[in-house]
Amino acid sequence: MKTVWNRSERLRWVFGFLFAVVLLWELLVWLFGVRTFILPAPSLVLRELVSAPEFYLRHGLFTLMVTLVGFGISAVSGVLLAVAIVYSKILDKTLTPALVSFNAVPKVALAPLFVIWMGTAWEPKVAIAVLISIFPIVIDSVLGLRSIDPEMVNLSKSCRASALKTLWKIRFPNALPSIFSGLKVGISFALIGAVVGEFVAGDTGLGYVILLSQGSFDTPRVFGALILLGVLGTVLFYGLEYLEAKLLPWHVSQRGMHGGVLGH
Amino acid sequence: MTSPYISIRGVGKSYPAAKTDILALEDVNVDINVGEFISILGPSGCGKSTLLKCVAALEPITQGSIKIKGEEVRLPPENLGIVFQRDVLLDWRTVMDNVLITAELKGLDSKSFLPRAKELLALFGLTEYAHRYPWEMSGGMRQRASICRALLVDPELLLMDEPFGALDALTRDELNLEIRRMWNETKKTVLFVTHSIVEAVHLSTRIVVMAKNPGRIATIIDVDLPEDRPLSIRDSERFTRYVSEIRDMFSSLGIIKGA
Repeated sequence: MKTVWNRSERLRWVFGFLFAVVLLWELLVWLFGVRTFILPAPSLVLRELVSAPEFYLRHGLFTLMVTLVGFGISAVSGVLLAVAIVYSKILDKTLTPALVSFNAVPKVALAPLFVIWMGTAWEPKVAIAVLISIFPIVIDSVLGLRSIDPEMVNLSKSCRASALKTLWKIRFPNALPSIFSGLKVGISFALIGAVVGEFVAGDTGLGYVILLSQGSFDTPRVFGALILLGVLGTVLFYGLEYLEAKLLPWHVSQRGMHGGVLGH
Repeated sequence: MTSPYISIRGVGKSYPAAKTDILALEDVNVDINVGEFISILGPSGCGKSTLLKCVAALEPITQGSIKIKGEEVRLPPENLGIVFQRDVLLDWRTVMDNVLITAELKGLDSKSFLPRAKELLALFGLTEYAHRYPWEMSGGMRQRASICRALLVDPELLLMDEPFGALDALTRDELNLEIRRMWNETKKTVLFVTHSIVEAVHLSTRIVVMAKNPGRIATIIDVDLPEDRPLSIRDSERFTRYVSEIRDMFSSLGIIKGA
């Protein structure tokens, strides 16, 4: 019987490690007398966070909404694009190289353009989030839809199933693990896109808070926003991972968690 | 005289290649009657799986004609079941749902096939696995499930493409008996691809022996053994005579060396 790490034990390790790092940080700042505008002590950052809860809530929620809307658009259109690429030779020949070369452009550099086109509200931020996060979703979905056992397709053909039925019953579920790995990269990218958008223009969001606080050397506030961003990114990622475990209990990566193997 | 159920005439298949086309099948002729158990026996690369895929219309032929009930095969035959070498069970479906997928893919009401699916699972000893996932099962169990899947809509024609090639010898013997029993009870027309001489003799009413380069029929052997074939039949004199006859043929074809 091999050791299985259960959830609570794993969490204990994660938080134990985090706590140790924070403790070390606090200790070093105190020991060397580091000035606050260079590196504030964690206790100071915590005090900062608690001092203005609704300020952080407002900006945090904005960033969260931009990220989620951008990611949602990316997820839906990314998977649809992948299906189109897999099923159409012409689209594969035109769209794939276009996407690849487009992805080679540092999309951060496009952010100012979106401000010109869309203004300074949430729209350009969502657009940048979509732009950055859609690529891994398309690539991984194409990969997933393509890596199918040809005999599975033969099985479907031998039943004279339509292409749509083959997609829905066989290809798509078969691609889900790969699609999910694209989504997990995509959600982190969407958060990056949101922050980049907030850097460029506007007056809301954690990215904006960081930029503003930098101007006044309010380093504790920069760290407050950074910590919220970290928490946001982590929660979003694990949310997807949770969804994956619920939806794909059959996949190799999930198997250890649902009882043993029998019949051998 | 009635026409044969399947009529394969002058069938050739070539794949385009850089210099000359590769000839996978050349001038294959065989007629198959309803209720026959035909094994297609030959070494790797003799085109036996290709021939099976051509009958299923999963691959096009480049010469000749394949007719089922007098009609040229262009689409996969209506009433067809296939068992592949790998079980190709869908990991995300339980065994029961894997068996039912044939009905779903054919656009039939899968619920109405539930009793039939249960019956098949019971026949192959899988009742207790019905709600398990494929990855929880051994190779033999998985292949049994894929046989149930092929039999779900009670096909007239069953195509089996080296279905037991990846199984261990004991499981293979077991499945040979189960398939033979199924055939005894249903008398379906079966085309069974294999490279095992013993398996072919044990199961078949006729054996199509193939040779390679190019893939062609070397000979067709009628197997005259009793209907009831337990494992012990393999020790009988008639059985061993068939086996050595085929082995001699392969060695004269240069397929088995030093026999």
